[in-house]
Amino acid sequence: MIKFFLMVNKQGQTRLAKYYEHVEINKRTVLETEVIKSCLSRSNEQCSFIEFKDFKLICRRYAALLIVVGVNDTENEMAIYEFIHNFVEVLDEYFSRVSELDIMFNLDKVHIILDEMVLNGCIVETNRARILAPLLILDKMSES
Amino acid sequence: MCRDLATEVEKLLLQPGSYVRKKAVLTAVHMIRKVPELSNIFLPPCAQLLHERHHGILLGTVTLITELCERSPAALKHFRKVVPQLVQILQTLVTTGYSVEHSISGVSDPFLQVQILRLLRILGRNHEESSEVMNDLLAQVATNTDTSRNAGNAVLFETVLTIMDIRSAAGLRVLAVNILGRFLLNNDKNIRYVALTSLLRMVQSDHSAVQRHRPTVVECLREPDASLSRRALELSLALVNSSNVRAMTQELQSFLESCLPDLRADCASGILLAAERFAPTKRWHIDTILRVLTTAGTHVRDDAVANLTQLIGGAQELHAYSVRRLYSALAEDISQQPLVQVAAWCIGEYGDLLLEGGCEETEPLQVEEEKVLALLEKVLQSHMSLPATRGYALTALMKLSTRLRGDNNRIRQVVSIYGSCVDVELQQRAVEYNTLFRKYDHMRAAILEKMPLVERGGTPDEEAKESKEAQLSEAALVPTEPQASKLLDLLDLLDGTFEAAQPPPALEPSPGGTLVHLLDLPCASPAPASIPDLRVFEREGLQLNLSFVRPPGTPALLLITVTAVNTSGADVTHFVCQAAVPKSFHLQLQAPSGDTVPAQGGLPVTQLLRILNPNKAPLRLKLRLTYNHFGQSVQEIFEVNNLPMETWQ
Repeated sequence: MIKFFLMVNKQGQTRLAKYYEHVEINKRTVLETEVIKSCLSRSNEQCSFIEFKDFKLICRRYAALLIVVGVNDTENEMAIYEFIHNFVEVLDEYFSRVSELDIMFNLDKVHIILDEMVLNGCIVETNRARILAPLLILDKMSES
Repeated sequence: MCRDLATEVEKLLLQPGSYVRKKAVLTAVHMIRKVPELSNIFLPPCAQLLHERHHGILLGTVTLITELCERSPAALKHFRKVVPQLVQILQTLVTTGYSVEHSISGVSDPFLQVQILRLLRILGRNHEESSEVMNDLLAQVATNTDTSRNAGNAVLFETVLTIMDIRSAAGLRVLAVNILGRFLLNNDKNIRYVALTSLLRMVQSDHSAVQRHRPTVVECLREPDASLSRRALELSLALVNSSNVRAMTQELQSFLESCLPDLRADCASGILLAAERFAPTKRWHIDTILRVLTTAGTHVRDDAVANLTQLIGGAQELHAYSVRRLYSALAEDISQQPLVQVAAWCIGEYGDLLLEGGCEETEPLQVEEEKVLALLEKVLQSHMSLPATRGYALTALMKLSTRLRGDNNRIRQVVSIYGSCVDVELQQRAVEYNTLFRKYDHMRAAILEKMPLVERGGTPDEEAKESKEAQLSEAALVPTEPQASKLLDLLDLLDGTFEAAQPPPALEPSPGGTLVHLLDLPCASPAPASIPDLRVFEREGLQLNLSFVRPPGTPALLLITVTAVNTSGADVTHFVCQAAVPKSFHLQLQAPSGDTVPAQGGLPVTQLLRILNPNKAPLRLKLRLTYNHFGQSVQEIFEVNNLPMETWQ
């Protein structure tokens, strides 16, 4: 089960945070700083899977952004690693060459996409077309 | 809320719109997590949902079934029937060619594959039938998956985990281990990490298969990456056995020197444990522990010191060798506390061997007495030493007073300096040793003899233990100075078997639990067991009475209260009562209430004797009294006759 999904930039600012298990607001910042500290210190050649307290962290770096997913023990780390890449590809298709600014200015859309893909900690949809279908309908409605 | 909406969700599961169904399935998963009793509602639709073609729904359904099976064994049995269906789905996934919708870098819907494999793992665990059905499929998946991309590796990893968990055929297990071996050799760190994790899980069941990959695992130890080295460390420790222990310990020790601080403690305790289980020779064992203590002394567990002292004590032929090694290690560095403690103990015990010279196994080391004493003093004075370490050093100095041939002035000086130390423990020891020098010098040699071998797990005490002569066990002397009586109370607490004159608090490996009963007894007056009192002595108005109590809880214990009453006209001063019992008894004297028995029947002096009689032998008691009365000093020794039978039966 996925516990949380974070997107952080290199300076340590959180661009997107989604928690699938309830964590209190004030504890969130503490958690995020700790997680970011352990992930940012990794270089590219090192392992992407880190053990942190009682769950595992899978991080993947894309240019300026770092995506960190926290899972519990039962998940397959490599599958989650693939999932992160899948997510980025979906974003890429929707925003056509996504960058950090796109995410910052369209946070609601990114959340909708993430909600389509992960429901309550379980991966539910990985097909790009199906994920983006509701969003495209919404866009069409708002235009007209 | 879940209970109310459960039926609604069930209806939605069968709705025509696939979008809705997809969401409904995962809502059901959430409901089951919150309210496990609702699982009955969701059992029937699952089988139907498996026929779906929409991968999203399939994914959700498989998750739902997984959740159901994890929660209830009944559901598990129910779903074993769908194993063939799952196998079918997976097969189509694997064998279909490129499908635009679902393929991720050449693998068709790896997420669904991974989920199905996980479900198959849960269904096949401990169940022969289902495992058989899955065997072919797993072999097919394992061989056909493209491993050049990460997605393929993910599927392969899950397959390996599944093969390990179910009752698979032997050939399949070999295949799994080979796949893991290939993963280990891969350059990608992620894959290596994953391989190390799964090998760790397998090491219990397929030990020999994992042993084949030992060289690669050891190589992973040298990785700079923290996660990898931690996993490699755990796996290496699990792989140590009697044939490879020397090589592995070598590797692990070099790892210990270079690894991160948080891994050091684990590594050190792992090495010590492995050395204990598989040590080929005692000398190698001592060497290994010594090396670990010098490199990572501060990170070892507390009982490492005790273990090492016990080990050295047991290895008679290696005394000279170990004391030399420890001395040179100590001379170099006195900051590692466990090392210093062991070295101090050893030098104290075997100091004479150290000075003799001429040990074949190490280079000839000419050590002088002065240097040894200087080193121990340095340890005592160093601010890095813990109080426990100082205790060890002081006791070692004391022991050396009998072992060394020179005169003891230097030692006596140091000991008297510490008689006014701020640390209470140290002060107490120093005062006791001082008194040992001054008043009981004739006993010093006997008390400070070499220790007998301590049984493993005897006493947890870290104080120095000293051996006693046999003859001391017969007499029990009551100390006269008040400070000494405090010592005696302390000795009671410390479960001292006998008290000689101010010996340092000493413990012997107690003969089983009988003495523990002694400590467990409350010090308040025990329940009366109605044995008549006995008057044992009378002279010129001074009477001595004994009263007996046998506490019901401990059959071997006898409490005697000695009461001295003075009916004459003059006080009795400096009254001291001492007692002796035969060898098989244990006697403890508590401090008397005073040493003056006032005249004219004033407040009597009482003293409590505790006698333990485990063998139920007939009790014989000899008393010795010394006092001043009417200006004369009197000494009386007599045996107490006609002791009632109830006192010892």
